Amino acid sequence: MSAANSDFTRPARRPDFARAFDAVRRITAEPLGALGIFLVALMIGGALFADWLSAYEPGKISPRDRFLVPSWQHLLGTDQLGRDLFSRVLHGGRIALTVALFSTAVSLLIGIVLGLIAGYGPRWLDNLLLLLFDSIKSFPTVMLALALVTLFGPSLTAVVIVVVLVNVPGYARIIRTQTLALKESEFVTAAESMGAGTVRILRVHILPNVLGPLLILTSMDIPVVIAIEAGMSFLGLGVRPPTPSWGSILNDGFTAIRDTPWIAIAGGLPIILTTLGFTFLGETMRDVFDPRLKRHA
Amino acid sequence: MTVLAVSDLNVHFTTGAGELHALRDVSFDVSENRVVGVVGESGCGKSTLINAILNLLADNGRISSGSIEFSGQELTGLSRRQMRELRGPGIATVFQDPMGALNPVLPIGRQMRNIQYRSGQAKSEKDMRSLEALKRVRLPDPEAVLARYPHEFSGGMKQRIAIAMAVMMEPDLLIADEPTTALDATLEVAMIELLKDLQRQIGCSVLFISHHLGVVAELCDDVVVMYAGEVVERGSTREVFKNPGHPYSLKLLECDPARQTARRRDLPTIPGELPDLNHRPTGCIFAPRCPHRGKECADAPPDRQLDESHIVRCIRAGAV
Amino acid sequence: MNPILEVRDLAVTFRTGSMLNRSDILAVAGVSFAVHPGETFALVGESGSGKTTLARAANGLQEISNGSVRFDGYRIDGMPARERKPLRRDMSMMFQDPVGSLSPRMRVGDLVAEPFRIHGLGAGSIREETVRLLSLVGLSAEFVHRYPHQLSGGQARRVGVARAIALSPKLIIADEPTAGLDVSVQGEVLNLLNDLRERLKLAIIIITHNLHVVRHVADQVAVMYLGRFVEIGPTGKIFSAPAHPYTASLLSANPEPDPDKPRNRISLSAEVPSLLARPSGCEFHTRCPWVGGKCGSQPPDLRQQDDRRFSCHYPLAPGAQAPVKEVSHG
Repeated sequence: MSAANSDFTRPARRPDFARAFDAVRRITAEPLGALGIFLVALMIGGALFADWLSAYEPGKISPRDRFLVPSWQHLLGTDQLGRDLFSRVLHGGRIALTVALFSTAVSLLIGIVLGLIAGYGPRWLDNLLLLLFDSIKSFPTVMLALALVTLFGPSLTAVVIVVVLVNVPGYARIIRTQTLALKESEFVTAAESMGAGTVRILRVHILPNVLGPLLILTSMDIPVVIAIEAGMSFLGLGVRPPTPSWGSILNDGFTAIRDTPWIAIAGGLPIILTTLGFTFLGETMRDVFDPRLKRHA
Repeated sequence: MTVLAVSDLNVHFTTGAGELHALRDVSFDVSENRVVGVVGESGCGKSTLINAILNLLADNGRISSGSIEFSGQELTGLSRRQMRELRGPGIATVFQDPMGALNPVLPIGRQMRNIQYRSGQAKSEKDMRSLEALKRVRLPDPEAVLARYPHEFSGGMKQRIAIAMAVMMEPDLLIADEPTTALDATLEVAMIELLKDLQRQIGCSVLFISHHLGVVAELCDDVVVMYAGEVVERGSTREVFKNPGHPYSLKLLECDPARQTARRRDLPTIPGELPDLNHRPTGCIFAPRCPHRGKECADAPPDRQLDESHIVRCIRAGAV
Repeated sequence: MNPILEVRDLAVTFRTGSMLNRSDILAVAGVSFAVHPGETFALVGESGSGKTTLARAANGLQEISNGSVRFDGYRIDGMPARERKPLRRDMSMMFQDPVGSLSPRMRVGDLVAEPFRIHGLGAGSIREETVRLLSLVGLSAEFVHRYPHQLSGGQARRVGVARAIALSPKLIIADEPTAGLDVSVQGEVLNLLNDLRERLKLAIIIITHNLHVVRHVADQVAVMYLGRFVEIGPTGKIFSAPAHPYTASLLSANPEPDPDKPRNRISLSAEVPSLLARPSGCEFHTRCPWVGGKCGSQPPDLRQQDDRRFSCHYPLAPGAQAPVKEVSHG
């Protein structure tokens, strides 16, 4: 519940902070959770401080330095245009992170709204929305991506739309199921009996209770989103060159993988590491916070 | 002969807030062929006691001292495996939620056959015994019951099936943890009658856990009254209900609206709250809520014997 | 005095099954009663007897298929939610699960303040009102910061009472207000409700399966079986001399904490029939120990005798003992 709606939050703020701190402590107590946090922090730090961490412009072409093997000058070597791969990987991380966060946020927003409508609204609307979710879900991601690219041309927008289309049905379904269950709960009936309207019930009584599990799930979805962005850029459907993206670096390296394997490694390694990082983090969060998985009170 | 003897049992839990002393010096016996009721309100330690006996304490709990003897065999320190060996013909259980005993995806007949895996009999003989058990709990049309699934039965019928499965093993001790609490009064009394009859037929001992004083009065031979993890009073049902020696037992009986025959404006209550078991007071556990407390209650009260079997943990036992 | 709530010939039907195989379940049928200010009216019956459905219908949470519900003179069945909203201030409901009826992520303060927020009342003084209400139900001001899961059953129930009386209603419908509470706490909640009833001239409808509780708090009692009233009247009379066998058997099925009490128990054979297959004639005849000739074929009317009503062909004489009969185990 938002602070604006409550008169009773002020003195209790400290316990909230303490709880957040406690949560982080519980995650880092698990080896995989600590590793997850470390990898995610590494990726976010790299993306945030990309300009400061690398001495080279990510797009600066220097034909004399083509295909340089990794060295102290170029930590990950250079590519076929002589661009510094370390710098490109860091800046690529920015793209990956921005796409991941932005498109996940948009998917969440749409998913929550549609899920609440499906769960709390009339039966026919629920059925209609379910049909819609299922039809979208039945498209293979790559087909969806190709179709959208023919409409919009290869661009970040296409990537975001693909991600949103892929994610929304799942999120909406989770919200819908939980809303359906909560709709029958006594505290919702109690609010109804007091005369609370639909909007109040959804905002105050249902939303805060369905958000938690969804956010944990979302953190496990971020690597999927990063993979979609990388995959589309690899196929030339996503980010347009010369903007750096892990997918396009991987593609650059792929064409010359026998002679200059470090380019493919430079593109692939960050994808693997962030995927692992977010997955570890998400799984640990689920284990630590989901009361259904707790064996003893 | 004593079937179950619990003596000076202490159970601790390790929690975020420190060591929780859940049971303190709990002692009582269940004699052969007796029905012993354990009564107390929420937080009195009934469930902890059952879990301690069945070796089902949560990972953060442990028996810190004392002993639990079942037919002369020490149960504390047994492995879960050894404990499982004892279940069935030794100790059978019935819980509040019968679905705990029933597998939702198997027909009743299969499940009843499965729990007889040790008997080594033929399938048809096992089914005969299952039928016998279902007849004993007075389920209509037992043949049909065998072929049906748990969800096809009402709560009361499921509980009867769970009881049938427990008594089929002809255990020496039946532990029933609030088996009637979820049922309507009409079914509850029917279930009590049934348990009484079965106990007589099989000749087993029963440890019956309940918060319902009326049910205990009707079913049990002996009563153990628990409060905040201690046995404050034990004795025969008549002694405890007619002549309660502990102020808590007295208060608890007074509070039961069934005890008040005349209609009254205000129902009695026990003011105050349970003590914090993370910081268990050293003196009498009930003293903070006791109307008769005095200076001497600051020391741990002795277990006083009012009668041969009537034991009260109160310095003024019998005088209040 | 005019009744605060008047229910006439009320019926509730649930529709179940698929589109092809549709069947209607009659959950409540032909129920009429009135509750006056300052009065406590008890609804008793086994689970599945329709008590809760009736309460929800009386509160307007459940659509009804027949009859009428008048609250404070207004007919509220079928009234659009917007028009009904102001009336909701005068009628509140307490639900069975003391903790489960409190929104888990709201603090006690916000929970008690919720009725004011919903109706846009008490702006500026909500905080003071909340603290006042909490003290009225015996909880200190510190509780405003707690979450429901940090409360004991009794404390959560008190919060429920505070919410129910927040807007000074004229009627409280309490569904099993003592369910899940220890005996030492039950009394506190019932005394509190009784107190408030006297002080605020409240009318209370209490739904319970605990007849001992009914005897101490209720002025009128209605016994439900399969969605119908089988007996209704003043508590004292019904307890001392039940006319309907079902009432008598409910009264006898009440274990008392006295090992020497003689138990003239009227044991009911079989289980409650399904609402989908209502028995013919008197619907209780399948379980009735006194079942007679007409019972299986002719449904009895709810007939009036002095100030009570009951539906039985062969009403019991005061102090009637159950006929001894062979109990068939099968």
